[in-house]
Amino acid sequence: MSDKPTIDNNGMYPQPKYDGAETSVAQIRASRRQFIKGVIASGAAVSGGGVLIGCSSGSDGAAIGGVERMVRLTVNGVERTVDVLPNETLAMTLRYKLNLTGTKLGCDRGECGACTVMVDGVSSYSCSLLTHSIRDKAIMTVEGLEAPDGTLHPVQQAMIDELGPQCGFCTPGQIMSAVALLNVNPNPTRDEVRAALSGNLCRCGAYDNYTNSVLRAAQNA
Amino acid sequence: MSKDMMAGFELYQPDSVDGAIDLLSDAGQDGWALAGGNDSFDWFKDRVKRPETVVDLTALDELRGVQELPDGGIEIGALTTLTEIQNNAMIRDRYSLLADAAGKVASPQIRNVGTLGGNLCQDTRCWYYRYGVDCYRAGGDSCYADSPQGQNREHCLWGADRCIAVSPSDTAPAMVALDARMVIRNADGEREVPAEEFFIGPDIDIERMTVLEPGDLLTAVRIPADWAGARFYFEKVADRNTWDFALVSIAAAMIINGNNIERIRMAAGAVACVPRRLEAVENAVTGQAKDAAVASVAGQTAVRGATPFNFNHFKIPLLQNLVMRAIRDA
Repeated sequence: MSDKPTIDNNGMYPQPKYDGAETSVAQIRASRRQFIKGVIASGAAVSGGGVLIGCSSGSDGAAIGGVERMVRLTVNGVERTVDVLPNETLAMTLRYKLNLTGTKLGCDRGECGACTVMVDGVSSYSCSLLTHSIRDKAIMTVEGLEAPDGTLHPVQQAMIDELGPQCGFCTPGQIMSAVALLNVNPNPTRDEVRAALSGNLCRCGAYDNYTNSVLRAAQNA
Repeated sequence: MSKDMMAGFELYQPDSVDGAIDLLSDAGQDGWALAGGNDSFDWFKDRVKRPETVVDLTALDELRGVQELPDGGIEIGALTTLTEIQNNAMIRDRYSLLADAAGKVASPQIRNVGTLGGNLCQDTRCWYYRYGVDCYRAGGDSCYADSPQGQNREHCLWGADRCIAVSPSDTAPAMVALDARMVIRNADGEREVPAEEFFIGPDIDIERMTVLEPGDLLTAVRIPADWAGARFYFEKVADRNTWDFALVSIAAAMIINGNNIERIRMAAGAVACVPRRLEAVENAVTGQAKDAAVASVAGQTAVRGATPFNFNHFKIPLLQNLVMRAIRDA
């Protein structure tokens, strides 16, 4: 217990203090870490800038009849007030406004399925929906599946038990498609599972593992 | 691949069809009618099309749903999703051709959001045009697909006129085969256009795929009772079973009496800029026996006059076989 390093609030190991001018390996590592941290931060700033540019071009000043930007969204059963641009996709709102980064952006063109969420129980590509178009509907993301006590959804648990994912990037989307299927068809055949997951690409090619997981979830549910 | 915002636009969400038409009429060329958005957002994200006014139709519940017409036909609201069409009991019972076609579109998630109106009105998939080059269809003065190096595997066999792109819709050939009527509303009122005349080629207007002009809205599709419960055949051949657009598709409706083909309508997708009605085949097989010999003649008849480009010769035997199968297996 005592030999484990403690982690500070930033999730970083405490930096050793150096008094002299000599450069140690630890110091180089530390500065490299700061550098990488800086790059990540500026990367975030760039994409944030993109959002702002999108905001200022053409949408400054509400035209008469145009949409109100403040909307109330029901996400994972919680109502949240968000400032949403007219040209903002649901994936953008979820990831960059609500910090629900479980929803992934792969192609951003409705061609991969990584961004799949449920809108009123129906699986949909969140990269290809305007948030304003679905603001009165119930949105469910992968973060909303587990029970309040932390028990995983049967599909999530089955994904672990069957070693469903490989790299895991497409997994949230696969899970959302599977949950949408099991909600309307609790006992699907293998072909029905394959059809339901056909709108979700997996570049690792773990399709059979995913199919096995969903069938196991159906058994366990 | 950019993951930033699409370019800005003014978004309107009218709650009545009249309101939507007012907005679209006022906006004219700068307006864009948005339904499911699967086609629209590609254009917006790639900055190839930048409308100033986007009219989101999703609140127009009056344009959703399937209802029976007094004559026994059905009317389908333009905003009805492809999944709803695929699963609708009345459509499956009377016009399974359309349910089959809708079920072949793209992927489950796209069918869940994508609408019938959007699928019928979507723009062509020619990748030169989609990439935003200054081709004829985009108002320029050349065709990149119809050039010695042009990659035209997906392009047309008929109807080339400067542009050689094809109609990508899966439901469009089904609508032509079912002799559907497109209901179009604008500020002057409502009109009905037969499916066959709704789609237009580059010879009529190279910058549009349909007769819709700014201020026009496709509000519904009416399918007459004539073909209810007929024998149907739909097949789509694409490189992938999901997402992909047809290389060739075939939609046929026929009334069989004994073993005789009493009446038939047939249309092929992705072989011309419009769903191509195969009238020569219809004429050749009407009154004939529904057998392998007639099917073979039908296939040969279907491809007469096809003019392929460098990389799409394969579409000729493909269409021929699909027509043959349609007659034989329907």
